[in-house]
Amino acid sequence: MGDRPLHEPFHQAERQEEADRLGMLVFLGSEAMLFGGIFAVAMALRLLHPGEYVTASSQMKLWHGTLNTAVLLTSSLLAALAVEAARGGQPRSAGRALWGAVALGLVFLGIKGHEYWLEYQEGVIPGLSNARFGSAFEQLFMNLYFAATGLHALHLIGGMVLLAIAASKRSAREDRQAVLIGNVALYWHLVDLVWVFLYPTLYLAGAGR
Amino acid sequence: MTAALRRLLLVWLGLLLLLAATLGAAFLPLGPAKPWIGYALAAGKAALILWFFMDMRRDSGLMRLATGAALLWIVFLLCLVGADYLTR
Repeated sequence: MGDRPLHEPFHQAERQEEADRLGMLVFLGSEAMLFGGIFAVAMALRLLHPGEYVTASSQMKLWHGTLNTAVLLTSSLLAALAVEAARGGQPRSAGRALWGAVALGLVFLGIKGHEYWLEYQEGVIPGLSNARFGSAFEQLFMNLYFAATGLHALHLIGGMVLLAIAASKRSAREDRQAVLIGNVALYWHLVDLVWVFLYPTLYLAGAGR
Repeated sequence: MTAALRRLLLVWLGLLLLLAATLGAAFLPLGPAKPWIGYALAAGKAALILWFFMDMRRDSGLMRLATGAALLWIVFLLCLVGADYLTR
């Protein structure tokens, strides 16, 4: 069951699966480098204005960020469990785990949305008519924060769509090689990896002040 | 519980412990070492995710090379940007 057809130029299923995975990893490498630019900006800002960076970061909603890190780590666990279930010939468990990961993605967006709402009320969203910043640097920091978390949220939404597609495709759930589920899970883990580094960059720099 | 399930749950537990450690360390008076410790703990989490969740432990050298190349170019980017701003 669930044997995937071979496509040109492949004559062996293993080679085709290897190529699928390698293609995904190279794509994820380019995604990682895209976020690398954002981390380079954060580093430049921090090197140029160390004190102000910490002050601006201390305004972040630390508990929203921490909770969201735990939510994403748990959703990554579910994605990994889905791959394991599909490989073990348990398509139902695989589907449930994938939908669980989608649900946790929604929880993440809910928490993030609440955080954005609080920031809107505080008037710290750059470009809005009620925006009021304590310093020019604080505005720079908030630019970085919204660019980084906004880009991350777009990737998260894309990942949720991919997870939902994999979860609703019977052929994907019944594939013992877990090619589609495995590659979608890889994408989801990248979204998690990026957040793991955004968390200390944006939230923890100013913690404890 | 199968061995694979137990392994993934242990990794998840490890990730949450690292998260708790990252949060705790941010409140300690560590001075200039603070960001280094924060990023070291983040790198620990990333290693667990890459090795176990992304299943790099079962990958061939080619896959690891492709992933490692991306990380290497990010390191180049950060080193060169850092070299610029630190020597002004």
